[in-house]
Amino acid sequence: MTDPLQPPKKKNPQKRTVSPTRPPEGRSRATLGLTAAAAEGRFALQCCAECGAVQYPPRDACSSCLSVALDWRDVSPRGTLIAETQIRATTNLYFRDRLPWRTGTVQLDVGPSVICHVHGDCVKGTPVVLWNRLDRAGQGVLIAMPEERTPDMRDDPQLRAMTSDPKMRRVLITDGRNPNAPALVKALKAAGATAVYVGEGETWRPYPHRDQLVALGAEMLELDVTDTSSVTRMAAEYGGKVDILINNARFIRPGGVLARGDTGFARDEMEVNYLGLMRLAQAFGPAMCGRTDDGVNSAVAWVNILAATALSNSPDFGVFSASQAAARALSQSLRGEFRTAGLRVMNVYVGPTDDDWHQPLPPPKVAPNALARSVVAGLQDGLEDVYCGDVAQDMALKFRRDPKVLERELTMGGQG
Amino acid sequence: MARRQGYDGVVLAAPVSVPYERYSIETAHWWIARALRGTLQAAGMKPAELDGFTVSSFTLFPDTAVGLTQHLGLCPRWLDHIPMGGASGVVALRRAARAVQAGDADVVACVAGDTNHIDSFRSLLSSFSRFASDAAYPHGYGGPNANFALLTDRYMSEYGATREDFGRICVAQRANALRYPGAVMKKPLTLDDYMNARAIADPIALFDCVMPCAGAEAFLVMREEEAIKRGLPFARIKGAIERHNAHAGDPIQLRGGWTLDVDELYEMAGCAPTDMDLVQTYDDYPVISMMQIEDLGFCDKGGAPDFLRDRDMTVTGDFPHNTNGGQLSAGQAGAAGGFIGLVEAIRQVTGQAGGTQVEDASRALVCGFGMINYDRGVCSSAAIIEGGAA
Repeated sequence: MTDPLQPPKKKNPQKRTVSPTRPPEGRSRATLGLTAAAAEGRFALQCCAECGAVQYPPRDACSSCLSVALDWRDVSPRGTLIAETQIRATTNLYFRDRLPWRTGTVQLDVGPSVICHVHGDCVKGTPVVLWNRLDRAGQGVLIAMPEERTPDMRDDPQLRAMTSDPKMRRVLITDGRNPNAPALVKALKAAGATAVYVGEGETWRPYPHRDQLVALGAEMLELDVTDTSSVTRMAAEYGGKVDILINNARFIRPGGVLARGDTGFARDEMEVNYLGLMRLAQAFGPAMCGRTDDGVNSAVAWVNILAATALSNSPDFGVFSASQAAARALSQSLRGEFRTAGLRVMNVYVGPTDDDWHQPLPPPKVAPNALARSVVAGLQDGLEDVYCGDVAQDMALKFRRDPKVLERELTMGGQG
Repeated sequence: MARRQGYDGVVLAAPVSVPYERYSIETAHWWIARALRGTLQAAGMKPAELDGFTVSSFTLFPDTAVGLTQHLGLCPRWLDHIPMGGASGVVALRRAARAVQAGDADVVACVAGDTNHIDSFRSLLSSFSRFASDAAYPHGYGGPNANFALLTDRYMSEYGATREDFGRICVAQRANALRYPGAVMKKPLTLDDYMNARAIADPIALFDCVMPCAGAEAFLVMREEEAIKRGLPFARIKGAIERHNAHAGDPIQLRGGWTLDVDELYEMAGCAPTDMDLVQTYDDYPVISMMQIEDLGFCDKGGAPDFLRDRDMTVTGDFPHNTNGGQLSAGQAGAAGGFIGLVEAIRQVTGQAGGTQVEDASRALVCGFGMINYDRGVCSSAAIIEGGAA
């Protein structure tokens, strides 16, 4: 059984922080299909569109009939662990720092044999389930998991090396005023976060759920994402203690381009939603990137909460959606920049949230608790893309199938 | 299916091994040049007279056999590059023998060589194959040690082999290596040393692993009358096989491609496993030697541990095996690891093996095995050769 995670020892400030290392990143283009599925926590393999043969490792032609029509499909992750080893020597620095490393061969029920990471609770010769997860290089890797849940399963060091589990980590939520803040604090505490810091700007201005945040044990910090000096000041003080940053700051007003008489609100939206993210990244990013190998409470993830309309614009919130699209585009750049240190960027796309600004919209709407659950589950699974709520999931499916069709669907029916 | 024709009239001669070194500041070109020079000198030939050339090497990049012709001043009318790692030796023999048989070349020099810089092994691993980079290395980066640990683990649980069984192979080979001046390993090895060695990737420990080193091996392929004219001791090729990606549906490798062709091999050679005076298996890990002993018909599948328990694998024993220490004790000089057994076997059956000479050796079986493309060795090869005086 997995040993429960022990709290980190107090850090010795005289010792050098371990430099981040990464597992090998290089992959063929075909194999990036595994990464794409891992970003959403799915187990998918290539299947031949003509003869149906399941392929692994990923390739460019079917090894049964030479067809080049290979589709990625979700397939059964079940199999049997038929061989195992503990690797005790390697030339790769990332694994060298983490030896011994358990690796095994799993014969999948759908056919191929795979070499994979092996969770400590798996027993050789017995059934296992393969999880497709992102490793610290941001690439899809396979880990054999026990068939049934085991106690403290998430604490397994090899699994934890692939996830962004908030357990025993310190989390910064950037905007306490957002109505979703109390639910986030509560869910993160329940998931074992050691500290939750909550930022608030314009502290002289009261808001209804502040007492609730304090009662939940949040540590309130003065932080205004539109103010560079505020962000820099807070990063100087807390940057070295933030293991997970959740950017929930949001400025939102309804309406498309013509519904707005000027660019005033659009400027505010960009200031908070786009430039706010950039300020946070410039201030907190370097400190977090320097601490991605810092033991139990290493820096692990950067979370952006974005509207699902970041994927494709919805004119009833058209100008706001544009700021979300800008933030999404920026997050893709951050992924590339943070990945060299192994810091993961998780985007949580939400449908209309159940708050004042979405009051005229029909259900389904995302409740704060549902959002908080998605954030915590996404961190625990180490995902990169999370779609929270029915609207967001629906939109993701349509986006994947045909972005142009989705665009037309979302922009039809206007009175223009 | 068509049957393989014999190799009548074609022989192997002028075996050369350039003594191995653990690390070298020289290049693969340097090592290959030394082996080629050695084998040509043995035959009394000048480089310009050579009309056939094949090379195997991992560290020659960006060059291939083509670059070597200009680099080494060769003008062959037949040229090949064989990137098959541990299967290269026998495969080179097969290619070259057909070229000589068909008149495409009079003399083919088959050469393998690699250097070993401080970082060679690491950089070789990182660009070994697409499947390895995509699917094997990201899962722990154990390299070949981890792959063979998995095969060994499976072999042990399937057939009840013990670590002592593997250890016996390693200990006997070390004894053989002590008679062979070119070996990298110079110290005796006991079964206790083997059992107590540092773990590398369970169940594999230090002495299950080959030592990467620098070195080169070479031999010549020519018509029998050419060898007689030049006064060279020679070996005849009685049979030879190769096979690639066999048993792809096996969930893990417990057998190699030899099983598909072994009957024809012995039929071509007109002999049986019991007729061998010595056996040179490809020994990157002892489990692979066991696999070959089974797949080449010395015993049933899974029977190698038992078979070897009753036998003495040293040069003076009743089952001489990897007589110069093999890769486990002489060292693995990259692609030359695919040649070491063959070159030593040519020496043995022509009575030129010196300190490792097996008494009255006239017939040898040599196997090759190579290229862990993802989870298993893809290439397999084997040849039976016989001393020419017979």
